[in-house]
Amino acid sequence: MTSAALHISQARLPRWAPILVGVMALAVAGLPALLSGWGAVTWLVAAIAVFLVAMPLWSRLVEGRRAATDRFVTALIWTAFGVAVSPLVWLLWVVISNGLPAINADFLTQSMLNVIGDEQGGIYHALIGTLLITLAAAVISVPIGILTAVYLVEYGARSRVARVITFLVDVMTGIPSIVAGLFALALLVLLFGPAFRAGIGGSIALSLLMIPTVVRSSEEMMRLVPDDLREASFALGVPKWRTVTRVVLPTALSGIVTGVVLAISRVIGETAPLLVVAGSTDGVNTNLFDGRMTTLPVFIFSQYSSSTPVGYERAWGGALVLIALVMVLNLVARIIGRIFSPAKGH
Amino acid sequence: MAKSIDVSDLNIYYGDFLAVEGVNMTVKSKSVTAFIGPSGCGKSTMLRSLNRMHEVIPGARVEGKVVVDGQSLYDASVDPVAVRRQIGMVFQRPNPFPTMSIYDNVLAGNRLNAKRLKRDDADTIVERSLKQANLWNEVKDRLNKPGMGLSGGQQQRLCIARAIAVEPEVLLMDEPCSALDPISTSAIEDLIHELKSDYTIVIVTHNMQQAARVSDDTGFFNLKAAGQPGHLVEFNPTKKMFSTPDEASTEAYISGRFG
Repeated sequence: MTSAALHISQARLPRWAPILVGVMALAVAGLPALLSGWGAVTWLVAAIAVFLVAMPLWSRLVEGRRAATDRFVTALIWTAFGVAVSPLVWLLWVVISNGLPAINADFLTQSMLNVIGDEQGGIYHALIGTLLITLAAAVISVPIGILTAVYLVEYGARSRVARVITFLVDVMTGIPSIVAGLFALALLVLLFGPAFRAGIGGSIALSLLMIPTVVRSSEEMMRLVPDDLREASFALGVPKWRTVTRVVLPTALSGIVTGVVLAISRVIGETAPLLVVAGSTDGVNTNLFDGRMTTLPVFIFSQYSSSTPVGYERAWGGALVLIALVMVLNLVARIIGRIFSPAKGH
Repeated sequence: MAKSIDVSDLNIYYGDFLAVEGVNMTVKSKSVTAFIGPSGCGKSTMLRSLNRMHEVIPGARVEGKVVVDGQSLYDASVDPVAVRRQIGMVFQRPNPFPTMSIYDNVLAGNRLNAKRLKRDDADTIVERSLKQANLWNEVKDRLNKPGMGLSGGQQQRLCIARAIAVEPEVLLMDEPCSALDPISTSAIEDLIHELKSDYTIVIVTHNMQQAARVSDDTGFFNLKAAGQPGHLVEFNPTKKMFSTPDEASTEAYISGRFG
């Protein structure tokens, strides 16, 4: 008895087919591009359009409908990926190419004190200001944020208070940063008089922006801790507060740290609230509680406002340092996350 | 150190929902008592009410009495945390702490309660508990490796070691073998036999042969009808339950003619 053959093999395009079609699409789109003098971007868009038509068509003729759809959607997703990534690459390229000439040892170690005209200035004071103000903001908002999340997840579950807090945190997420700055300014002025300016005011403003992010991310991470672990702890006769501090928080720690660092990198680039409350100065100020303090974004803003070539260069240099700082923070978060993540494997 | 448990007229509620109704039984000290019955009939709820673990679920409460060694568990003056230190529990799914090594998992009951232990004492507790749990030979060379790296059966034995490391009076086991292969199951059943000499053990199981093999007494739980609370149909020595049970429905369930 002969049974019907098993139809599991079918014609396949060679592995290099997408590359061939890609090159040909560039060539086909290149012809009108040359003739009517299109720019590179228009040429690329036209080539992608040709590829999106040609590749599925060829696939349809050789491989059948399902493979053709697959190739079309694959091409579409790669295109979307490219569209999403290109602004980032572009931005990095512009900042690096404009900022790199400004960077040298003096730029990183000098302040702008008594720098006139085209003399070599530096961002040391702004770097110190950014680090101190952001650190103080983290010191204020991380305990508040994590303790709020502990309440929401472990104690207040489904209670009215917890719902109200969740709502208020959502509202806080939407506070414009300038409003946070004005609030901090009003607070300082009420407490210390109208002429008072200090870096701590900037930290207060930034912590208003950080707290909701920290609450939200810590809450998500703590909800991911399986109830099995809490029950295991309770069954050993461990009180609830110890279960939270010794089991739940350590298990969620890597996620919480990542959330905190993301919140920091979110506020480290804030300009408006710091301009309002921490002000701007040319010299180094290491006292958070007295006197004006410059941060990197404010430095970039004021150098750019000066509208001189050397001011532009300093602004680009400051931007590059700021981006590098955020990048380093993210790397540190990943490393910390890996160190603290619950160990798996043998 | 083992204690007996007297349960009288126990009703267990989740909010307004009556989950288990009118349970009377005596769990003998230094013996194994098995709870059998269909899913959803309240065996696990009953087990959890023996160390007040059901209170973890909001709205859970009981009426009636559970008396351990003359002390009522549900007196107003009783601290549920203290109850759970005396009455340990092993869960259906192995749940070692992912942030801890094998060594720290065994000591979790002490460490999490911030009890200071001398290094020697800690080593002694870990070795004794792991030996009692039949795990020592498999893990003695990698005590500092994470507990999550063990196989499912080893993790479950690690959880048992963790539960007996604090030397409870009673050990409750909620389907401890349901996620395990026959070899691990057999290891745990051997373990239950050994632990019987020191502990009072209550085990919930869906495996009738397991109940017959390991237990001295058996309680059969069932629902009166769909939507009705669960209740204890029959509580007798295991030998009697599996040969000449008092109730026809028990015999029907045990012999597989359920319904």
